[in-house]
Amino acid sequence: MKLPAPRGPLGASLTDLLVHPPRDTDVVADEVLTRWRAGAATTDPLKDDDLQLTLWTLYALHYRGFEGVDDAWEWHPGLLRLRGSLEEAFEAGLREQVPAPVETAPDRETVASALFAMTAPGPGPSVARYVSRTADATQVEEFLVHRSLYTLMEADPHTWAIPRLSGAPKAALVEVQSDEYGGGRPERMHSALFARTMRGAGLVDEYGYYVDRLPAVTMAALNVMSLFGLHRRWRGAIAGHLAAFEMTSSLPNRLYGDGFRRLGHDAGTTDYFDEHVEADAVHEQIAGRDLAGRLAEQEPELVGDILFGAAACLYLDELVGRHLLDSWSAGTTSLRAP
Amino acid sequence: MTGHSPQQATIEACPNGPLLVRGDVELVDADGTPIEKHRRTVALCRCGSSAIAPFCDGSHKAIGFVTPA
Repeated sequence: MKLPAPRGPLGASLTDLLVHPPRDTDVVADEVLTRWRAGAATTDPLKDDDLQLTLWTLYALHYRGFEGVDDAWEWHPGLLRLRGSLEEAFEAGLREQVPAPVETAPDRETVASALFAMTAPGPGPSVARYVSRTADATQVEEFLVHRSLYTLMEADPHTWAIPRLSGAPKAALVEVQSDEYGGGRPERMHSALFARTMRGAGLVDEYGYYVDRLPAVTMAALNVMSLFGLHRRWRGAIAGHLAAFEMTSSLPNRLYGDGFRRLGHDAGTTDYFDEHVEADAVHEQIAGRDLAGRLAEQEPELVGDILFGAAACLYLDELVGRHLLDSWSAGTTSLRAP
Repeated sequence: MTGHSPQQATIEACPNGPLLVRGDVELVDADGTPIEKHRRTVALCRCGSSAIAPFCDGSHKAIGFVTPA
């Protein structure tokens, strides 16, 4: 994957650094941060292009890295400090905007019920209903481009949590992830199924190919997973995030599949959606009851974080959804200019 | 509880949701024809509204299916 085009002083400074071998210094972050604080510190961190793209770039060093970027940058103290500062701003934005969870008893069924209640299908406008009935070929392509940022590496951010858990919640997470990763069949990996969907729609299936076209909210929806996944202190939140993600998947994916069929796409292209109708009806039970619910029983002090992680998932998905629907109803593209 | 063999099947009735089936189980239709399982753990519809029966597709949530306490 190629480095993205910077969208502000943070990204410009980071890109300048990453094309060189890591320097033995930790003042890098200070230079970059001073420039950032002077400019963009007053904007909404969830919609701040420079912040979200820079954070995405820093997280990408922990996943697949970039062409021409030394892998040693991943653990450079200056970059970790920069990441920490950006995460602080991101977390503050989440704390301010994501609805705080209600007090919930730390037992399996109560936590699972609370999660199912939070994620219950609502009557309001939804991207899934729009794709099912109304979206044109260009709009469903845009939908795939937005989804590709996460889905071409589907499941990876939640995998960080595995070694941080033990017992029943760990077994539950591994059970879900094993299915996400194709149960031993690489061609059935959900990321591989999605790559096939992208090819079927005439899009490029290379990870990160479209990042320059994506707005901050789409990156924020993925960055929150990396934030929760990479920090052990957020292990409750990553469990809750996965539960909410799985619980809001089966019914919408049926509608996505219907939309792609309406537009004449073949079974190979809709396989990703059809697979998720069935798979996530399984996963939502395991993630809600055995992962999140059992984790709450093991570590009762994490209940608030579990529900916060779920609420953050829903809030950011809603922001992305609103961006898509607002753009389309205004007759404009939801993507940034190439 | 001592461990059971990994092959032994378990069926878990999820509150207001499907039956979660793990382990060595053969699914057959009314004629005895095998139904292919696409994953190791499957969820079987209990509300009657699934479009992919016998598997669950989450429809129980859309219709407000409630299991008896």
